[in-house]
This record gives sequence, C-alpha cells and structure tokens, in this order.
Amino acid sequence: MFFYLLRRLLYSVPIALAVGFVCFMLVQIAPGEPINAIVPPDAPADLVEQVRREYGLDKPLPVQFGIWLSKVVQGDLGRSLATGRPVWDDLHSAIGNTLRLAVAASLLGFVLGCVLGGLAGTFRGSLLDRAAVTVAVAGVSVPHYWLGMVLVVIFSVQLNWLPAMGAGPGGSSDWAWTWEHFQFLILPAVTLSVIPMGIVTRTVRGIVAEIMNQEFVTALRGKGLTSWNIFLHVVKNAAPNALSVIGLQLGYLMGGSILVETVFSWPGTGLLLNSAIFQRDLPVLQGTILVLALFFVALNLLVDLIQTTLDPRIKRA
Amino acid sequence: MSATAAKAELAVQAAQAAAVSRGYWAGVWKRLRRDPMAIGCAAVLLVMLAVILLAPWIAPYDPTQGSMMRRLRPMGTPGYPLGTDELGRDMVTRLIYGGRLSWFMGIVPVALAFVVGGTLGVLAGYAGGRLNMLIMRTTDVFYAFPSVLLAVAISGALGAGITNAILSLTLVFVPPIIRVAETVTTGVRNLDFVDAARASGASAFTVVRVHVLGNVLGPIFVYATSLISVCMILASGLSFLGLGTRPPDAEWGLMLNTLRTAIYSQPWVAVLPGVCIFVTSICFNLLSDGLRQAMDVKA
Repeated sequence: MFFYLLRRLLYSVPIALAVGFVCFMLVQIAPGEPINAIVPPDAPADLVEQVRREYGLDKPLPVQFGIWLSKVVQGDLGRSLATGRPVWDDLHSAIGNTLRLAVAASLLGFVLGCVLGGLAGTFRGSLLDRAAVTVAVAGVSVPHYWLGMVLVVIFSVQLNWLPAMGAGPGGSSDWAWTWEHFQFLILPAVTLSVIPMGIVTRTVRGIVAEIMNQEFVTALRGKGLTSWNIFLHVVKNAAPNALSVIGLQLGYLMGGSILVETVFSWPGTGLLLNSAIFQRDLPVLQGTILVLALFFVALNLLVDLIQTTLDPRIKRA
Repeated sequence: MSATAAKAELAVQAAQAAAVSRGYWAGVWKRLRRDPMAIGCAAVLLVMLAVILLAPWIAPYDPTQGSMMRRLRPMGTPGYPLGTDELGRDMVTRLIYGGRLSWFMGIVPVALAFVVGGTLGVLAGYAGGRLNMLIMRTTDVFYAFPSVLLAVAISGALGAGITNAILSLTLVFVPPIIRVAETVTTGVRNLDFVDAARASGASAFTVVRVHVLGNVLGPIFVYATSLISVCMILASGLSFLGLGTRPPDAEWGLMLNTLRTAIYSQPWVAVLPGVCIFVTSICFNLLSDGLRQAMDVKA
C-alpha cells in the first residue's frame, strides 16, 4: 500500500504540470496577441516592448511556459488588467468565500443525499425509493442558477425572509458565527447543494442496495443482529466509496459555483471569474482557473489517499 | 462432416446471429415501450422538437420585435398569455424560438464529442500499449478540471459566441466519453470471438468495424445521451454568463440572464425560461435512464 500511495503522489506531479500548461495555453488561444492580455491596449509602445521582454514573449513557446511556470511557483500570478493589482491579492479572499459556500453546500448535499440514498437503497422498490430517485433526478436536472433565481423570488422578493445577494451585512464578506452573517449563506448554499444531493443520493442508493444483497448481510440477520447493528455494518462498507464521491463533489462545487455566485453576487472566485470574463481580464481568468484546478487535483489526491487507508480491500500495490 | 455441410452450418449460424441482433433491438424497443416514464418523456421531447422546428409557423409574433409600450407585462395579458420580456417581446414566441438554440447547443457538442471521443476511446482500447497510454493520460489532464470550470475557462479565453461555446463544450465532453469507450472496448477486445476473428485473418479494421463496434456503440451511445441534459444546462449556463449566444438571439439561458433584472417586478415571467430548461433536461435524463435499462447497459 505504501508504494501505491507513493506512486499516486508522484503521479499528481505531471498532472499538476499539465494543468499548468492548459492554463498557460488559455492566454495563447485567446484571440489577439498574448501581449494584449498583459498590458492595457492604450499602453505606450516602449512599455509594451519592455513588458514583452520582461515576460519573455519574444522567446519560443516552451521557454515562455518555463518563465511563466517559474513565476507561478513563486506565487506570482501576474497583475490584473482592470485594477493593476496582483491577481493573488483578490484571489485569496475570494477563495475563502467560495470555500465557505462550497463546504456548506456539500455538507448539506451530502447529509441529504446519504439519508435519501440510504433509505432508498434499503427499501428498494418502495414508494420511498421512487420518491428519493425522483428527487435525485430533479436535483441533477435542474439548472441550479435558475433554482437560485426561483428561491430569491420566493424567499427574498415575496416573503422577504432572507437577503437576495451578498455575503454579509452591509456588503462585507467577513465571516462571523452570527445569524446576520449566516442568513446570507442559506440561499446560495441550498441552491448549490442540489447537484451533490442528487449525485450522492444516486450513488449511495446503488452502494447500499448492492451491499444489502450480499451474503454477509443475510448472515448477520440470521445471527440475530438488530437492524441497527446491521445498519452499522452497511455504513462501514459503504463509507469509503461514499466519501470519495463527496470529496470530488466538493471539488466540482469549488469550480462550479460560478453560476450561483453570479446569481447571488457572492464575492467568491466565481464572481471574480465572471468580472474577469466581462472585462476580458485574462491574467485574472488564468490565475483563478489555475488555482481552482490545482485545488481540485490536490483534493482528488487526498480523496484517493484517504480511501486507500480507510478501505483495507484496496491493495493496489 | 463435409466442407459443404460445414458451410451450410455456418450460414445457419450467421442467419441466427442476424435474427438475434434484430431481436436485440426489437427487445430494446419492447422493454422501452413498457417503461411509462421513458415513453412519457420521449413524447414530451418529441412535441417540443416539433414546436421548435415549426417555430416560424407556430409562434404568434416576431421573436426580435419588441415595443417599449408593452414591456414586462404579467402572465395572462390578452394577446400575450405568458407576458412580455424586458424589451416588450412576446414570451411565448421567445420561448419557442429560444428552444431552437438551446436544443442545438445541448445536442451538437455531445454529438461531436460522441464521434471524437468514441473514435479515440475505441482506438485506445483496441490498440492498447503506447497509444492507449498517450490518449488516456491526456484525458487525465482534462479530468483535473471540474467540467463547469473547463467550459468557462475555454469559452472565457476564446470570447463569447455560439461557435466558441460549442467548441468548449465539446472539449468538456470528449474526455468522459473517451474513458467510457476505452473501458468497454478493452472489455470486448479480450473476448474469444474477437480473438477468433483475428485468428481467421480479419484485418484490424474489419475486426473493429464488425466485431468491436457492434458491442461497444450501445454503451457509449447510452452514456452520451445521459450527457445531453448536462450539456444543455452548461450551455444555457454559459449564455447566462454572457459567454454563449448573444442578444438579440433568443436562447433560454440568455433570456434568464436578461430577465434577471425583472425578478422584482415580474418574477414569474422572469423564471419561465428556466422552467423550459428544467423540463427538457429532466426528460432527457429520464429517457436516458430508460434507454440504459432497456439496453441492459451497466452504469
């Protein structure tokens, strides 16, 4: 198992490099000269020339990638075209906000999905099962940005119970454990949670149904175990797979929250990306996507490692 | 047994095989027909398809012709049963025309990805070795991006527009289709009848065309149909961000975007395009589920 872990760890290095390359290429595939993505269009010609040399844009592509990579490794993601500030400055507070939203949404989705999926898998074919499956299909089929709008219409416009946008009172985005802050989190988190809820329900239902069909469950029942004890056995067997699904979902939510953040003006990476797209601020676009994708790679790795240590049946050496 | 008898025997077997393969599709149809959910969804989708194809004859107004005099009328306004949008255009007309682009952008990327990803996946699965390594490791890189992020990244870099959106969505769906195609092809490649075909001197092309494709296309196709719903949501999402279609084109995602300003004045008109996306997407999902069960493809 140690060698499996080591190999898995080493394999993430080329993946991370390749992810970096894809992000590097984003600026290359953009229409227009890459230099226009770094300096504003109205910059004087000698400044353009200076930046061109500084960024090595007069050199061949592989060399450019090397230069870019060495800067990124040192934490230099470039400067925003719109504000002139380092990309990282805006990015790191945005990541915190997105993480808060994504964690809340995946926790909610995971708990609901496990309950629904567990019940559906245990009582397969029942009315409950059919209801859970319907909810799950609806969860993965709903355009969540639209669901966000509907929730705003109901809970903010009609009932006036919850705020429609922002991440905190007075437009602030600092977090505190108070109702004033918490109420801003509810609608975006619920909106974002429907996707993992649907996926987790489907997955857990499949896993539980498969386990319930196995002989050891019949044996446990024959042994005279209470249904609660059998349930514990089932949970133990289902946990590693369910955990890997939720880990990946958290990653998807980190990257996929852009639409929900746009609907709720949530000051996270999604809103940052949205304004970067709107202003064609390519350094911000590139930096944000790079950081989110690397986060996803790291999360994938972590999930694999945890799953391997949790599940003794995996001996992929 | 004489040579002619053996030949006759083979002919009989071939005929039986043909009958079985016809029987397979008949069986699929029979099972699908008994699934009320799948049939219901197929019916809804067919009606929708007919309506959007016949848009110019069905739609009561011109989709781009608005009037400042009748902006944001509520539902049930005489002559405008679903109200009007922020530029005074009839919602019924806009929704019918919007379906055209939404369907187009939901299906075309998946179809393109099916062709490209299917080809690469079957190639990787059948060839194995270095080629497999090359294709599958490249696929791994794209798996390192959450799908929404990848679509937004590529469209964001290329700029708004339908072509760019289709391009980026295709790129999003190629890797997962490659994975599925590679897995099923690897499974089929090692079966006895493929070995037998190769041993009897069939070229690699013939083996793939006759023996492999027939067994892998079904599962890949079912998987691809399950992506249409995701693609439609993503495509509308791109338009919602201003990356897909551009005004004044009617597209459900873009309509949601432009109507967002109206959620305080005419909330129920503003959310209508989303209802269309939701219904279409859920029908495609349930139909795909039914198809998967009818074709007995393991998830």
